[in-house]
Amino acid sequence: MKLRKKLFGMQFTDGLIYKIIVLVLLISFSYIYLYPMLFMLTNSFMNVDDLINPGVNWVPTVLELENYNRAIQVLELPASIFDSTGYVLQVSISATVSSALIGYGFAKFNFPLKKILFAFMLATFILPSQVTMVANMLIFRNLGIMSSESSMVLPAIFGQGVNAAIYILIFYQFFKTIPGVLMESAEIDGASPIKVFYKIALPLAIPSFLIVFLFSFVWYWNETFITGLYVGDQVTLPLKLQAFRASYESLFPPGSFGSELNEAIMLAGNMITILPLLLLYFFAQRFFTESIDRTGITGE
Amino acid sequence: MTKKTINSKKLDFTKMKIFFIKISNFVSLLFEKLGYFLTHNIFVYVYPKKVRLFGIKFNITRSRRDAYYGYMFILLWLIGFLIFTLYPMFYSFYLSLHEAYYNLQEGITSTYIGFENYLNIFRSQTLVPLFATYVVRMILSVPLIIVFSILIAVLINVPMKLKGLFRTIFFLPVIIATGPVIGELTNQNATTLPALENSTLLVYITENLGSWIADPLVLLLNSLLLVLWYAGIPILIFLAGLQKIDRSIYEAASIDGASPWDRFWKITLPGISSLIGVSIIYVVVTMSLFVESGGILELTRSHMLVGAPDSQFWFGYGYAAAIAWTYFIFMVLIMLIFITISRGRKGSRA
Repeated sequence: MKLRKKLFGMQFTDGLIYKIIVLVLLISFSYIYLYPMLFMLTNSFMNVDDLINPGVNWVPTVLELENYNRAIQVLELPASIFDSTGYVLQVSISATVSSALIGYGFAKFNFPLKKILFAFMLATFILPSQVTMVANMLIFRNLGIMSSESSMVLPAIFGQGVNAAIYILIFYQFFKTIPGVLMESAEIDGASPIKVFYKIALPLAIPSFLIVFLFSFVWYWNETFITGLYVGDQVTLPLKLQAFRASYESLFPPGSFGSELNEAIMLAGNMITILPLLLLYFFAQRFFTESIDRTGITGE
Repeated sequence: MTKKTINSKKLDFTKMKIFFIKISNFVSLLFEKLGYFLTHNIFVYVYPKKVRLFGIKFNITRSRRDAYYGYMFILLWLIGFLIFTLYPMFYSFYLSLHEAYYNLQEGITSTYIGFENYLNIFRSQTLVPLFATYVVRMILSVPLIIVFSILIAVLINVPMKLKGLFRTIFFLPVIIATGPVIGELTNQNATTLPALENSTLLVYITENLGSWIADPLVLLLNSLLLVLWYAGIPILIFLAGLQKIDRSIYEAASIDGASPWDRFWKITLPGISSLIGVSIIYVVVTMSLFVESGGILELTRSHMLVGAPDSQFWFGYGYAAAIAWTYFIFMVLIMLIFITISRGRKGSRA
């Protein structure tokens, strides 16, 4: 009787059996989720024999570090990682700062047309950048900033970057939660709204800053279409990865011994490209997974 | 020796602090003067309770002041919206009604051709199948993702120790899903499960169903992992929604004799159904805006820049803009259809 109660609980859902079923389901789904990652990780260490050998599935017989060595050479690693981090930092910091300002404006002031403008702001999220790309290219050409990094930085400053609506929404929801009493008392003491913003609102908003910064970093890092079009083909690491095949052939001309490009080398290149993001995620994963609560789309 | 270096470092630090304070004082003084100049000149003059703008005096009321500061804060966005979003939208629509090319001397040259560009999309041999697969893929995979993410969210929400770990795992694809990486994984068949590939399920489907339904199904099963990877953010949305449902409702229901199955349909699902719309929007947008090689979005760019292989006659900026607009319209339509379906179901129950 006692055993039965332990296994099935008072009404099944709080019993041990249920928990085990849930755990097994979750673990198997996690395996499905992580499968491509694991595949990428193990296959990037395989040599040519292991790739062909059907007996070798998960554990490579030798750790072929030569793959990484070549991928590093093709991606021009030490220099290119600093270049692309520098560029992405530039864009994402400007996006973060500007969306803090904009979110504060929407959250704390009442002005005519506010609701309509806010709706427009949210609607920009579903607009594909391909619709505006033709005209934007012409605008950038006229401004003389085509194929330079400012063609990404400028829209980011003006709150029109990649997924800018989400960043603004995060700040909007956060600034809504700051009680108005705090700001009123500061105002009575003679602080201007700008002073209230940077003395009271900004210090409180540091977690939101971190979240928005992390997300914009990741999304700008992953953005290849627009960056490739406006800024240039070889700015970020993912863009270099797109041209991996061509650069590999110019570096190791086909025909010479052992120079064939194989899947393992490609996968090593992929691993290197996502490595900075993975590191970022594992150090700051709490902020990423908390982000949804911060956007407030679950309704408050 | 070590003590001395520490001391000197400390000294340096305080020196630096003083230096920074001096600089910040100077900067704030500068800004104060600048602010005074900006608010006290011929055009704008601010009195304690009034403001003079170009000779006309206004009373400062609370709402006017609020409006002024509100617009100042969102000014950046407003300018950006007009220049980088609204104007380009209208301009690209205008271009989509034209045959437009770019040349270095004259800028853009365009001749009006009406809706010819749009008609040519539907006459095109390559674009129509692409649009068809896009629509079918969306219709098949969006419900799958939504159901899957609700399932996972409910499972994760069961109280246990490893909650944080699973949250971390299921959110991971949002971080690493980059265009080239996913492209390479698809090339190497890493996005299908070997178990699925080795089973006879795919063969069974292709042999027993008509190709109009079998092909999209096989496509879906082949890229199943990729499709499920889009569930990262919806899972978190639903999880946050689930945590807002009051525990006591479940307890009350179970005292009244509701089974876990009943409780899921009668409490959990109505509790999170308002979030389904948001998740649908998110999933459709991220799936549509993902640029895969050989997809419509990629083709748009090649039409614009170099001319795609099928386009000896029709290319240029106008055609590219027309493709982008058609794609956008399809996207919004799909979103609307799914949201109406999810709302309709809710309405009939209430």
